Amino acid sequence: MSIKTDDDAVSGVKLTKRQRRASHIADAAAGGVKVLLLKLLLLGVVDAVAIYGVVILATAGQWLVAAIVVGVAAIVNWIYFSRRKLPAKYLAPGVIFLILFQVFVLVYTGYIAFTNYGTGHNGSKDQAVSSLMSSSLERVEDSRAYPVTVVDQAGTLGLLVTDADGEAMLGTADTPLAPVNATIEDGRAVAADGWSTLQFADVIARTDAISELSVPFSDDPNDGALRTPDGASAYLYTSSLTYDEQAGSMTNLDTGTVYQDNGTGAFTSEAGEVLMPGWQIPIGADNFVRAVTDQRLTGPLVYVTLWTFAFALISVASTFFLGLLLAMVFNDARMRGRKYYRVLMILPYAVPSFLSALIWAGMMNESFGFINQVLFGGASIPWLTDPVLAKFSVLLVNLWLGFPYMFLVCTGALQSIPDELQEAARVDGASPWSVFRLIKLPLLLVSVAPLLIASFAFNFNNFNVIYMLTDGGPRDASAPIPVGHTDILISMVYKVAFTGQTRDYGLASAYSIIIFIIVAIISVIAFRRTKSLEELS
Amino acid sequence: MRVTKKSLLSVGAVAAIVTLGLTSCSSGESGAEKETTSPEAAASSLTVWVDAERVDALQGAADSYSEEKGIEVNLVGKDTADIKDDFIQQVPTGKGPDVVMGAHDWLGELSTNGVVAPIELGDSAADYLPVAVDAATYEGTTYLLPYAVENIAVLRNTELVPEPAADFDDMIAKGQAAGLDQPFVVEQGAEGNPYHLYPFQTAFGAPVFGSNDEGYDPADLQIGNAGGDDFAAWLGSQGKNGTGVFNTDIDGDIAKQSFLDGKAAFWLTGPWNVGAATDAGIDVAIDTVPSPTDAAAAPFAGVKGFFVSAESKNKVAANDFLVNYIGTEDVQMDLFASGNVLPALAAAAEEASKDPIIAGFAAVGAESVPMPAIPAMGAVWENWGIAEATVINGADPKATWQKMAADVQSLIDG
Repeated sequence: MSIKTDDDAVSGVKLTKRQRRASHIADAAAGGVKVLLLKLLLLGVVDAVAIYGVVILATAGQWLVAAIVVGVAAIVNWIYFSRRKLPAKYLAPGVIFLILFQVFVLVYTGYIAFTNYGTGHNGSKDQAVSSLMSSSLERVEDSRAYPVTVVDQAGTLGLLVTDADGEAMLGTADTPLAPVNATIEDGRAVAADGWSTLQFADVIARTDAISELSVPFSDDPNDGALRTPDGASAYLYTSSLTYDEQAGSMTNLDTGTVYQDNGTGAFTSEAGEVLMPGWQIPIGADNFVRAVTDQRLTGPLVYVTLWTFAFALISVASTFFLGLLLAMVFNDARMRGRKYYRVLMILPYAVPSFLSALIWAGMMNESFGFINQVLFGGASIPWLTDPVLAKFSVLLVNLWLGFPYMFLVCTGALQSIPDELQEAARVDGASPWSVFRLIKLPLLLVSVAPLLIASFAFNFNNFNVIYMLTDGGPRDASAPIPVGHTDILISMVYKVAFTGQTRDYGLASAYSIIIFIIVAIISVIAFRRTKSLEELS
Repeated sequence: MRVTKKSLLSVGAVAAIVTLGLTSCSSGESGAEKETTSPEAAASSLTVWVDAERVDALQGAADSYSEEKGIEVNLVGKDTADIKDDFIQQVPTGKGPDVVMGAHDWLGELSTNGVVAPIELGDSAADYLPVAVDAATYEGTTYLLPYAVENIAVLRNTELVPEPAADFDDMIAKGQAAGLDQPFVVEQGAEGNPYHLYPFQTAFGAPVFGSNDEGYDPADLQIGNAGGDDFAAWLGSQGKNGTGVFNTDIDGDIAKQSFLDGKAAFWLTGPWNVGAATDAGIDVAIDTVPSPTDAAAAPFAGVKGFFVSAESKNKVAANDFLVNYIGTEDVQMDLFASGNVLPALAAAAEEASKDPIIAGFAAVGAESVPMPAIPAMGAVWENWGIAEATVINGADPKATWQKMAADVQSLIDG
């Protein structure tokens, strides 16, 4: 609507000054109301979502996140209700997304890299203590299951136990079991004088207190204590660990060993014996130190790093030159049916790379694969199991996966080079090769160079191809960690940190930061260099 | 100009909504999990993470429990591949489920991370198959309510070979007599597959760890004993430079295909593949694993069951639900119907064994040993399969095997 009036005004319909002013005011008012309504509606939705989020977060006790949501909602309202703040109106959504998906992830990865987060160091110290205490409970051998009823007297919980002879006994956390007068139904004591019996719903409501409740069997603590896991039967337990809150230490009652909290995130005895689980603590730069000094890793690290560079560089070069060659061939006007060929060329690009890699892995199987069986007439070529051939296979598959992208990019870049340049060169007597080398390639590189750098960074961390094709294999049997001959840095890190039964998120984060720094440095240097190319155009 | 501004505004608003939505989701998680975190709901509901394929089987038990005890049971179907890692990561934040379905060999990892609470089976422990109770116990404490026992056995194509084989050589001979190039297939791969080769290893008297009264003893590595050397020598003789019975190029899919195509008469695999074979119209019989020695070939048993979260606010209800509901014959039979895996409860196992296939697996399972759950197993898995694969491919059996045992020992010693 408003465009139409603008157009009318521009198209030169003569209006008096007053008419023009009046129409502008009317126009602004009309659009303003609509815009305002829309703005109110959308901001209303934003605020409604924010309030919903805050309520949920507040009930979950996530005060920090709730405060952030309130803050973001307030800023969004302020920006869009303000009459000025035009740049902020454009920038706000992008900035919010940037913070959420990039900055937050980076900061969090950085934070994890400085902690010992991983298997055995998963939660807080309180959780570790309670978990150790509960797992140290051992049911007294051959002790029977006691039918129990949970009873309450002025807030004190007690267990009403029916013993082997059908006699009722009652005890609380502080008083050991003692005989008591009780109502017995079906051989089970269900109520005692002066105590109120908890119904199942009450038992559930007081789960925490009941799971903590431990009723001494007798005055002798060595006889153990009764605990009820389900509120209906109790068992006699003894504990092998005791926690001294003052000293912050665990003591094994059977052996007398004392386990201290030495600030390593786990209870450790003097002999170096560690009780698991431990808990999560910040450990400074330990993970980074370990990443470069760990005896198990330093050996493989060198050749894995070399291979990673080789893999990334060769992949970029091979895909680029094949893509460029095909782009030039299909860019030639003399070629017929170019459209169909181009579609065919893009096909590998359309299949998800992890799927294609998996299919290639099947085709390259030594005894049963399509390549050996059909193309090589039943030869047994160890495509994926010989260290050298496996490297070649990985590069070949990555070439197959990567050239369509380069083909597309080069086709676009070639078409943007004016034909006149080529004409002029030819008139001056240049050979096709010099036209390509001196004119087309440099002009092409101006637009393609940044993409080549991006492609290098991508291949440097090309986890999909390695994981799905060879999984880093064939294994290097001499290495102390499960690293293989085709592992690149990122897949090695994955194996070290995430395979097997021990996860080490801290170490993995430290590695990913190191890899990020390597890629960043290379990219910065390469971008600096390519600036000289831009002077060409 | 105004049009652009308006559309930009709406884009911005949508972005903000999404952002706020995500922020609130990231700590609220899905609807079912939310209820465990809000205090008023905590008293009356249990959240159970279940393998997505078992949700329907458990629904009946969940409903009847809700009806009887007034506690809502929310079953959340989870992808099998993520369930363990999600559980380990979420429990310490207090957002995980009250109960999770899993396998007994997770125990070492779960217990090292302190995310599981002990369960007391009480007198009902005697009602379960002994192997299930052994597997549920870790360092002397029970953590798992078992519902199924799974082990591998030999599937035989009765059309090709009508009679079961007496021993390993007899199996190969019977298959060759039926005119097959490759009578027996077993899942391998470039990195080996010790799980599937374990029955043969036990036949040579080489378990991974020795055991004490608390279960497997990580300090007593047995894999490199004399029996281990014999096993390695035998494996080499059946590999690339020998009879060629074992081939690391045969992975799970290739093994399956040759059995389904009738190119192989014997297939060492688990109950999860029986459906595919019967669907392909093959008349399948389940045999014990033919032993290459005089001793029995005992496979690993994997026991599936339910764990209680260490941070659950509803431990009493969770224990009650598991021990007194999941532990009943009806529920175990429901779970059996959904997975066709032998129930862990003895009475249900007997009932299920009316099916000859299940009875076959149960017979093999009677000889099985629980797969070790101790964290030291991680070090074993890393090297074990590779050593087997290299032996099959022609490396010196004894040297390879002893190096593997030494590597594992040094990994365990740290």
